[in-house]
Amino acid sequence: MYKILEVKQLNTLVKSMVIEAPFIARRCEPGQFVIVRSHKNAERIPLTIADYDRDKKTITIIYQEVGFSTKLLSTKGAGDYLEDVAGPLGVPAPLEKYERVLGIGGGVGIAPLYPQVKKLSKLGTEVYTILGGRTAELVIMEDEFKQYSNVIVATDDGSKGIKGTVVDAMKDIIDKKKFDKIIAIGPVPMMKAVVDLAKEKNIPTTVSLNPIMIDGTGMCGGCRVTVGGETKFACVDGPDFDGFLVDFDELSRRQSMYKDIEREYDKTHSCKIGLGD
Amino acid sequence: MTKLTLARLDWGIDSMPNMSKYKVKMPQQHPDVRNKNFKEVALGYTKEQAIEEATRCLDCKNPKCVEGCPVNVPIPQFINAIKEEDFEKAYKIITSQNSLPAICGRVCPQESQCEGNCVRGIKGEPVAIGRLERFVADQCMDIPHEKISDKTMDYKVAIVGSGPAGLTCAGELAKLGYDVTIFEALHKPGGVLVYGIPEFRLPKDLVAKEIKKIEDLGVKIVKNVIVGKSITIDELFEEGYKAIFIGSGAGLPKFMNIPGENLNGVYSANEFLTRSNLMKAYDPENSPTPIYVGKSVAVVGGGNVAMDAARTAKRLGAKNVYIVYRRSEEEMPARREEIEHAKEEGIEFKLLTNPTRILGEDGWVKAIECIEMELGEPDASGRRRPVEIEGSEFTLDVDTVIIAIGQSPNPLIKETTEGLDTHSWGGIIVDENTMQTSKEGVYAGGDAVTGAATVILAMGAGKKAAHAIDDYLKNLD
Repeated sequence: MYKILEVKQLNTLVKSMVIEAPFIARRCEPGQFVIVRSHKNAERIPLTIADYDRDKKTITIIYQEVGFSTKLLSTKGAGDYLEDVAGPLGVPAPLEKYERVLGIGGGVGIAPLYPQVKKLSKLGTEVYTILGGRTAELVIMEDEFKQYSNVIVATDDGSKGIKGTVVDAMKDIIDKKKFDKIIAIGPVPMMKAVVDLAKEKNIPTTVSLNPIMIDGTGMCGGCRVTVGGETKFACVDGPDFDGFLVDFDELSRRQSMYKDIEREYDKTHSCKIGLGD
Repeated sequence: MTKLTLARLDWGIDSMPNMSKYKVKMPQQHPDVRNKNFKEVALGYTKEQAIEEATRCLDCKNPKCVEGCPVNVPIPQFINAIKEEDFEKAYKIITSQNSLPAICGRVCPQESQCEGNCVRGIKGEPVAIGRLERFVADQCMDIPHEKISDKTMDYKVAIVGSGPAGLTCAGELAKLGYDVTIFEALHKPGGVLVYGIPEFRLPKDLVAKEIKKIEDLGVKIVKNVIVGKSITIDELFEEGYKAIFIGSGAGLPKFMNIPGENLNGVYSANEFLTRSNLMKAYDPENSPTPIYVGKSVAVVGGGNVAMDAARTAKRLGAKNVYIVYRRSEEEMPARREEIEHAKEEGIEFKLLTNPTRILGEDGWVKAIECIEMELGEPDASGRRRPVEIEGSEFTLDVDTVIIAIGQSPNPLIKETTEGLDTHSWGGIIVDENTMQTSKEGVYAGGDAVTGAATVILAMGAGKKAAHAIDDYLKNLD
């Protein structure tokens, strides 16, 4: 059992949880993820580690309530215990000191971008980040990012920062500054659009993928993605990949595999949420 | 037979063996009933049936059956105890060599091991050793394992993986008095026994009981620790473990590398079975993990895993389930009983058939294109090599394709352990007599060494390693 030390509501849909997880906190690196099970019969949910504290033996996860299982996770509060937290899984993001890097995070994808930006900054890299969301409320962690990077906010409705998408903001900044690398994490269409533009400008771009998976250790192969024409398992070969090589259309299609089943399940079982184990 | 009769001249009339050519039939659920539920197919012998079957054993002086058993269970002795109706004695005889008998009685390939060697099998069916083992184990589930030594050894041993190899190794070492901790990557211990083998073949509450008995010997199980990720082999040594056994299994599914394999609706058997078995997707009332079958399912492969996947798909409501296998039935590596059960349950066998590509529509599987095969000359495995018959392509309309053509050893430990030698295909290299790896104090066994094989071979390896570890630790100072 894994104790939840703190829960914060970051906006109406997104929450952060600080969890006691000594094995994971000791070794995890930016880019890696954990598998969380909130209750005894719950699903295994893969979540990228948003932050960690080796001394306090804690990790932070940030997630958006999208369906039955994330709502179930939300029934747990500070002081409660999660049934299972396994990790750290995946390969650490390939980070080294660069002159200047651009981080781009969209929606809840802003969270996994944070440890990468933090580490790059600590390595002495000058980091710019573009944080995007539909509206001001959905842009999370702005203050945290400001500690390690120059932050540009973009909202679709213009309620905060520039009015437009992260790609609009990206066009703007890459014309003004030279970047050695881009890290983009967010919804698949966003990552795809970022990669399309980065390709044009020839700026190497890594993306972090979150396909459907069960075990996270290479066992099920559910998370296979095509990268450079080859099948890779996001759990053990990733989750970070060279964005220029990722087949985003396939990824997007595979992510939607259970959409109908899940929507139905959510409808018929939401009454069960909160009934405990 | 003459020789046997001569050897048995001292038999009295009362102990005349039951000379029936056939095994006492196993009571089982009717195929049309069981292919709609996940309850166990075979229901187990009654006491009377077990005793009747036991009397078919000739109690050979030189029992070939024992030679066929990877863990050398004293088979005639335990069968004799059944004849005497002393089931507790039978259980103790079995568990002197095998710490998971309820499991082995159900999933061992007896026809190629103990029963394959049984002299009764020459004219008729062999003694139903597996069914008898299961009977005894089920009768005596509540009897705890006994320690071999009262001494407490000062050494800590770490076991990686709680599947059949790890559990056996842990149990043996605990019996010898060692302080044993198992590290399990998943949230539930049991390895392939819980994520792979379906409920209808191996009930999970029974696996849980067998594991509890290993824990009762003092073995600690730490879940959610992925050795190679959460902690490395070298760090385990730093934490004071003096020997390590790697039983991490064959957890990397193979794909065929044919077009269409990443379409929605294509599963590895590992994923399909894990969703159903470990995550209980077959019970949506109590489990939110989804699974997709559709109307028609093709399972590619001819092993136990393929049979398990096909029979699971049927139970999940698929109307047509095909086994697509490139050789003939004779070469199928699955247990005979599973093949029979699958046929009874309405699984259609497309033999001498190999998939060439998976066809899709809007990103989802629509059909599988196959080509007919014929058998040519024997290959390296001794089986006749299947050769494509030119121009014989045909398609099967299916919604789901499950690839069950084998698994490779999981690479996570290899990648993070310096000095641990592996084959190019991923298997950990060991000395076959001791299961010792190229790294001092590190032993390995089971599918992590052999690639996907059987529960009992993994157990045999775990046991061998336990005794080698005992020797190693005793000579450590």
